[in-house]
Amino acid sequence: MKDIYLDNNATTKVDPAVVDVMIPYFLEQYGNPSSIHRFAEGVARGLKQARQQVQALIGCEHDSEIIFTSCGTESNSTAILSAIKAQPNKKEIITTVVEHPAILNLCEYLEKEGYTIHRMPVDKAGRLNLDAYQKLLSDEVAIVSVMWANNETGTIFPVAKMAEMANAAGVMFHTDAVQAVGKIPMMLQDTKIDMLSLSGHKLHAPKGVGVLYLRRGTRYRPLLRGGHQERGRRAGTENTASIVGLGKACELALNFIEYENTNVKAMRDRLEQGITAQIPHCFITGDMYNRLPNTTDIAFEYIEGESILMLLNKAGIAASSGSACTSGSLEPSHVMRAMDIPYTAAHGTIRFSLSRYNSMAEVEEVIKVMPEIVARLRKLSPYWDGDGPVTNPEQAFAPTYA
Amino acid sequence: MWDYSDKVKEHFFNPKNAGAVADANATGEVGSISCGDALRLTLKVDDDTEVILEAGFQTFGCGSAIASSSVLTEIIKGMTLDEALKVTNQDIAEQLEGLPPEKMHCSVMGREALQAAIANYRGEVWKDDHEEGALVCKCFAIDAVMIEEMVWANKLRTVEDVTNFTKAGGGCAACHEDIEAILEKVLAEKGEKFDPAAAPVAKPEPIAAVKAPLTNLQRIKKIEQVLESLRPSLMADGGDVELVEVIGNTAYVNMTGACSGCQMAAMTIAGIQQRLMEIMGEFIKVVPATEMAKLHNIEVA
Repeated sequence: MKDIYLDNNATTKVDPAVVDVMIPYFLEQYGNPSSIHRFAEGVARGLKQARQQVQALIGCEHDSEIIFTSCGTESNSTAILSAIKAQPNKKEIITTVVEHPAILNLCEYLEKEGYTIHRMPVDKAGRLNLDAYQKLLSDEVAIVSVMWANNETGTIFPVAKMAEMANAAGVMFHTDAVQAVGKIPMMLQDTKIDMLSLSGHKLHAPKGVGVLYLRRGTRYRPLLRGGHQERGRRAGTENTASIVGLGKACELALNFIEYENTNVKAMRDRLEQGITAQIPHCFITGDMYNRLPNTTDIAFEYIEGESILMLLNKAGIAASSGSACTSGSLEPSHVMRAMDIPYTAAHGTIRFSLSRYNSMAEVEEVIKVMPEIVARLRKLSPYWDGDGPVTNPEQAFAPTYA
Repeated sequence: MWDYSDKVKEHFFNPKNAGAVADANATGEVGSISCGDALRLTLKVDDDTEVILEAGFQTFGCGSAIASSSVLTEIIKGMTLDEALKVTNQDIAEQLEGLPPEKMHCSVMGREALQAAIANYRGEVWKDDHEEGALVCKCFAIDAVMIEEMVWANKLRTVEDVTNFTKAGGGCAACHEDIEAILEKVLAEKGEKFDPAAAPVAKPEPIAAVKAPLTNLQRIKKIEQVLESLRPSLMADGGDVELVEVIGNTAYVNMTGACSGCQMAAMTIAGIQQRLMEIMGEFIKVVPATEMAKLHNIEVA
């Protein structure tokens, strides 16, 4: 069997139809969209069309609310830094403990600059407490930034509701939606979301292109000043080929959104059912009943994630893990810690994230090899004895900290 | 994914000596479950010869942790305990044809499990002698705890100082922002302010090797000078060394602070001896001052 790619929350394959529409912008229509000659003739039109394709996918009111950027991280930084520059007297930011580092590390930096960062905790299923959120909203808050869906567990936050609460309190609302766009339907014009970040490479467009959605009328300060590109809101020559590719990818995502929520979801459900039915001492993390249709994050107790990934890789299967070792850090994923998943399970979490390119046959193959991989590593584990964990694992094996 | 050597992959995919040794008489358990690496090493030691007859490992950890455990058991089988104690983490890493800097701690864990197991066999209590922090300098594998300790011990003030004393930041320089953050933090704790333009702390002067024969007094002064140059790194670990007496080619020292009673004292003394011989150009034996009383009937303070 060909290699199986189940790491679509990390990045995706560029759809061949996307590649096709991009190529003329490298070889023929390579003019600068600002130029007045035949090499640039179709380029402005191509950008306009891409803007409308993005608009259709996220359901915003105007295509001029779409600002093309270089990536999701740039969109996130632009949104938060814009909000604090535009409102210099407001010195608080509300976010969550489970955001992507693109938000968390920026907030940590701003904290050093004197900002107060409210990082909302989550419960064991990765959910927020909206009463606590209500209490944090005040005139001091410059912006709320909450992810639409979590990249590790797929857990969906009630961002539409939270944006309304922020709006009622007069607070700007941004959502990092890089994992949600293209996987779940959205209609931004019916919400109070002021800013939204999305990233091309998460939905079968190339890497190096993103979008900041900016609701018309939202106070804004650009991150990059210079030329008049993107109506002066993001200077720098447009990445024309990638923008056109992103437009096409958004059109395809809209066409496939039902497929994503039926067929892809069915594959995901079969995968986690097949694995949890066969393997003892494993469990699904996050909010089981409110998740992205393509994501499952399974904790395999008493073994470590990088080892699992290496054996999966040998079997031709690509996935990812929340273990410390896969990132070279000293702690397992902050998302797992935030949900209070014990260390013996947090290090053994494996995220499988599917796409429309996967098949049920691939899912069955993963279900077939997974029990052997887990059993093999448990045989090496000091927490495991024969057919089950040792009695009182945490007491039976309590190593000296080294 | 990490760039693991073929040897690491070989030991990961086909680990040697996996599982506990059935009738083990030495066990070492080290690691940290919060970091995601923990190892139990079991040995069967011949009570007469102290030769390690069998070694087995059980590891909760990543690819390189399992590979380090596996290769460790291969290295030590057939060694006497004293030989095994000389195995360093570099030996383990070398056998694996190298480890990524972020993964060097896996080889350290292997060495520590071995020390813990031998201590267990000998009825001693093994104490961990270092704390591991987040990796800051990836070029030289220097972590935050090490940098903080050196900043404290040597009153370092600038990134350049940190590089001179620890090597951290001396490669690609990408970690300079992190080093500045550590300096800011430590200096704030000392009630000082970080100033990137501060004059660098004097770089430790290289000590000239001895060429001509020395008088007794010169010789003792020179030995003192070498010990002085080693002091900062000992103090970084909370210890210190004091020269008590020099008789012939034997230097008697007191290991104080955290060094006293530390399992690593023997290794530290060996390191001091090595450094002394390099500078003095003669054979010098470094011996704990407690040994003096036995030999010379001298009262030691």
